[in-house]
Amino acid sequence: MTAAAEQRTPTTVPSSEPMSQEETIATLGNYEYGWSDPDVAGANAQRGLNEDVVREISERKGEPDWMLQARLKALGLFERKPTPAWGADLSDIDFDNIKYFVRSTEEQAQTWDDLPEDIKNTYDRLGIPEAEKQRLVAGVAAQYESEVVYHKIREDLEEKGVKFLDTDTALREHPEIFEEYFGSVIPAGDNKFSALNTAVWSGGSFIYVPKGVHVDIPLQAYFRINTENMGQFERTLIVVDEGAYVHYVEGCTAPIYSTDSLHSAVVEIVVKRNARCRYTTIQNWSNNVYNLVTKRAKAEEGATMEWVDGNLGSKVTMKYPSVFLMGEHAKGEVLSVAFAGENQHQDAGAKMEHMAPHTSSSIVSKSIARGGGRTSYRGLVKVAKRANHSASNVKCDALLVDNISQSDTYPYVDVRVDDVTMGHEATVSKVSDDQLFYLMQRGLTEDEAMAMVVRGFVEPIARELPMEYALELNRLIELQMEGAVG
Amino acid sequence: MATLEIKDLHAEVETEEGSKEILTGVNLTVRSGEIHAFMGPNGSGKSTLAYAIAGHPKYNVTSGSVLLDGEEVLEMSVDERARAGLFLAMQYPVEVPGVSMSNFLRSAATATRGEAPQVRHWVKEVKQAMSDLEIDESFSERSVNEGFSGGEKKRHEILQLDLLKPKFAILDETDSGLDVDALRVVSDGINRYTESGDKGVLLITHYTRILKHIKPDYVHVFVKGQVAESGGPELADELEESGYVRFTEKKEAAAQS
Repeated sequence: MTAAAEQRTPTTVPSSEPMSQEETIATLGNYEYGWSDPDVAGANAQRGLNEDVVREISERKGEPDWMLQARLKALGLFERKPTPAWGADLSDIDFDNIKYFVRSTEEQAQTWDDLPEDIKNTYDRLGIPEAEKQRLVAGVAAQYESEVVYHKIREDLEEKGVKFLDTDTALREHPEIFEEYFGSVIPAGDNKFSALNTAVWSGGSFIYVPKGVHVDIPLQAYFRINTENMGQFERTLIVVDEGAYVHYVEGCTAPIYSTDSLHSAVVEIVVKRNARCRYTTIQNWSNNVYNLVTKRAKAEEGATMEWVDGNLGSKVTMKYPSVFLMGEHAKGEVLSVAFAGENQHQDAGAKMEHMAPHTSSSIVSKSIARGGGRTSYRGLVKVAKRANHSASNVKCDALLVDNISQSDTYPYVDVRVDDVTMGHEATVSKVSDDQLFYLMQRGLTEDEAMAMVVRGFVEPIARELPMEYALELNRLIELQMEGAVG
Repeated sequence: MATLEIKDLHAEVETEEGSKEILTGVNLTVRSGEIHAFMGPNGSGKSTLAYAIAGHPKYNVTSGSVLLDGEEVLEMSVDERARAGLFLAMQYPVEVPGVSMSNFLRSAATATRGEAPQVRHWVKEVKQAMSDLEIDESFSERSVNEGFSGGEKKRHEILQLDLLKPKFAILDETDSGLDVDALRVVSDGINRYTESGDKGVLLITHYTRILKHIKPDYVHVFVKGQVAESGGPELADELEESGYVRFTEKKEAAAQS
């Protein structure tokens, strides 16, 4: 007994060992949302990935066999595919040191009162109940670790036939919709990380909006990573049927951890004839997270897809929301804002594939780099041979706050037909001494003046956000700009 | 009663040929309740004086001092000078895209007053000030100075002056580029600001036409980075008739002897 106890308390820990929970908590830094709850669920999760892990995930969820087979096939693809050598540096990701599945509560809660106390505390600090009380959200899907634990949808939406569920439940309750669309926009083999997600996905949101239904208020979900080294592999599937409309909003904050975390989501959206979908994300992962997300929508004839994408946190982001414009007069739009601070690389952009005549696309990208951070705009506009009379406009603006930060632009254009209209505009600017002087001459401190210029720079994106997100974005910019100068 | 004292101020600016001394020993005292017209030919260093007092990083003060009620202004940062009560109406106000005028005005008022103004009062205050300056209400939602004409920019500088009510205002060629009507509107704005009798103004100009609207207590002729002569309003009349030649020649002669 005594010997065993002594063995369990070594005085030195080999550096290759993952840190214990206490050590991890002790390393929590100055990140605004960087607190952490007692990590009960995560402590037992297994690290590393193999067939057994995939089978266990599928079995514990009680999935149909076709999903297990899809997962296993994707695992094979993941193992064969190389890590992308372009874009951001991903060489430090240790796939063997990641927990691929963590279950935080066994049953899904129906109301806030049903939630475990520590989980409620976490959400309270994120202000979700208030947001809900104010009826700003039509339904809240709060993702805690790998599974959606809280889910509520307004009754009138249910009456209209709108389905807003966590993805696991959706697979059980609507297998027919699921099997038809799962992987139809982003096949498992699209890239290494879509393969990984397909193999181990857990949680995420599922939305189905029936024909002609307009969802007036944004549907929202909150996500958090709460286990050290735990990958979040949520899978979101949205189907907007003919003539329908939905705005889905997703915000992320994560506690800080000392070793790298991986977030690799897949978001698939089908926008049917004359339907419209807007998908808004403000992403604020703590600065040790690899955020490698595949987002793609298919827009049919006359359909409109809009991505509004804000990338403020993470260590590395690689994210290029795309729209495949499949039918005539389909429209795609990406509005994105990226902020890279010290030790951050935001490699973000957009992809538009024009596959039919009279399709149009617009990309507006704004990026800010400070403290040695790096922002890259990487975009592709592709116009297929049959996509006559298509139009595309790309505008990317980069703002450098100091002399040590970096911004680059990689615009790719591939046009296979003559009668198209293409616009491209790129600017790189610095916050000028004259702007700072002007604002400071009116009494603002240097930090305040800098934040004001930056907020103004992202205003074209911020005004597209729901009010509370615009405020959060402004608040995050202020935090990021503190001590930016001097 | 406040005092702004400029004592033997020397300042230089970095140019491609190296640093060049622009201010060669400026002495001037402005007390609250006084309007000082500061006149001189192009290139005499009037604007440099304005920027040096406000603390623009491009201008390097090499010696001398600027005291605001005995406090050394030159040791303060730009924003500290502003909060201490120094205001500079700029000749070329910069654009700040994406920042609305209303947001900017409120931020500036919050910073200089030390607390956020009460919303209801503030809205009224701004509305009144804008209407006084014949600025259309729609401007409050436009980005700071973006796409403004020269005259619109000047009106907005005076709008800020009226709202922030600093102890001392340095007006850097606020009259340049204004048509007759705009000149009257802007001048009225400046007169409203000085109405209370406890404000000091340093009015930089090289035309006498604004002095028909704003009556200075003192007129200074500025040549080659120094005050060449000081006097009352009659000095402006002389400049109106004979120009700066007498002063520039005197300087040349002094330089040669």
